Amino acid sequence: MKPIRITSVAVGAALALSLAACGSDPTKADPGDTPSTSGGTVSIVVGSAAFGESEILAEIYAGALKAQGIDASTKLDIGQREAYIGALQDGSINVFPEYSGNLLTYFDPKATATAPDDVVAALETALPDELEVLTPSAAEDKDSYNVTSELASKYGLQSIGDLKNVPDLSLAGNPELKTRGYGLPGLEKVYGLSDIKFTAISDSGGPATLKALTSGQVDVADIYSTTPSITQNHLVTLDDPEHLIAAQNVIPLLRKDADSATVDDVLNAVSAKLTTQSLLDLNATFNGPDKPKASDVAADWLQQNGFA
Amino acid sequence: MSGVFGEAADWLGSSAHWHGDDGIPHRLLQHVGYTCLTVAIAGAIAIPLGLWIGHTGRLRGLAIAVTGALRALPTLGLLTLVVLWRGIGLTPPITALVVLAIPPLLAGAYAGLESVDRQTIDAARGVGMNEWQVLGRVEIPLAMPVILGGVRNAVLQVVATATVAAYIGLGGLGRYLIDGVAVRDYPQTLAGAVVVVVLALVLDGMFALLQRFSLSPR
Repeated sequence: MKPIRITSVAVGAALALSLAACGSDPTKADPGDTPSTSGGTVSIVVGSAAFGESEILAEIYAGALKAQGIDASTKLDIGQREAYIGALQDGSINVFPEYSGNLLTYFDPKATATAPDDVVAALETALPDELEVLTPSAAEDKDSYNVTSELASKYGLQSIGDLKNVPDLSLAGNPELKTRGYGLPGLEKVYGLSDIKFTAISDSGGPATLKALTSGQVDVADIYSTTPSITQNHLVTLDDPEHLIAAQNVIPLLRKDADSATVDDVLNAVSAKLTTQSLLDLNATFNGPDKPKASDVAADWLQQNGFA
Repeated sequence: MSGVFGEAADWLGSSAHWHGDDGIPHRLLQHVGYTCLTVAIAGAIAIPLGLWIGHTGRLRGLAIAVTGALRALPTLGLLTLVVLWRGIGLTPPITALVVLAIPPLLAGAYAGLESVDRQTIDAARGVGMNEWQVLGRVEIPLAMPVILGGVRNAVLQVVATATVAAYIGLGGLGRYLIDGVAVRDYPQTLAGAVVVVVLALVLDGMFALLQRFSLSPR
């Protein structure tokens, strides 16, 4: 599901994905990990899913909380949403960096909201009683339609709708784009783009999709918006003014019994500083040649943004 | 699980899945097409080479080492590597599949020739046959069941693996597997897998008959 660092061998990616899928089960965490209430303050355990960006965000949350004197720790790599929502509900973790759109469809599969504010509003009603979200950040990690800078300047492409200027439009992306609402059906319905030649490449915007785009074999490619290859290859991510693709803002999800004014202040201050560009930079650093730890990448960001 | 099998059976039975570009006959034809193209290219490389190795006895150790190494290459990794070099299209999957098909074809050819009784070959030379005649009239006919065994082996591996073509947007039966997994349509995935299995069994049966036929005295 998530973009993986660019390696020349996709099997490596497939292996990493399958290993990620086998992430530890938080619901079987030993009891010592369970946050305890002592003297009126709750110790915070920030969880993360099993991919770099989620780990970095969890370390950022925990680091910012610690800097304000809160007893915070992390429990990383908790696998898929089913697993970590379960961990939140049973209290073995109590804070989690989530993505608004995916979190909404988890609790309300029929949700139709796509604009950022609508998604958060819908989320507030859809969440179970013991959970809440704080203020969303501007940072989004979601499917995005990208073109090369050459094609963008040739046809004056800024938003998805501008693609109508491109003759014989072709698109590459994961096979589900063929049927999903944000894929071919939505491109036609929302932006009037019909007769798109679609090539399904099953690497979630990875190296093969990128090669098809940069070599000019396709005009547009669906790549996750925080993939470092977007900046490395000077790709232009097309605007989506009609919100075809549901918002996926990074948003703190937490247990109400772990909340306090300080926690709110710290996490909202972090959200205020996070942008999609920050996620791109964080991922690029994390996937860089010296392969730093998520906690080190997070510590640098906290330092640069005045949280530590 | 029984639900998925029932739904897969329904999927296979639905007439909507039996015509058009995404229908089973078209996908099956594409799949067989990739397989034939792959085995033809791999055969053109591996069989003459294997016959030469088997006939002369030269470079046998090298051939074993190289084919052993080729067998160890993951097809999907090789496919991505060729995509990064040549872009998407027919070249990457066919290249990856050819590499998969060469070891069994090569092994069948040289092992087949090695299995021929040395005394028979000496007798052929004794009656005045030149090297080409020994190869064409004695060694290849006697080695034919083993050579065909190599082809059978290669075809089976390629048929089962040609599903990777769909990974980079081509057709074939892999489309059902990859598209099915992408939208969690497991009945479609299972139905696609069943069609691949049936195709493999049918081809294997054909080669079994062919091998038996090639054993008959001529």
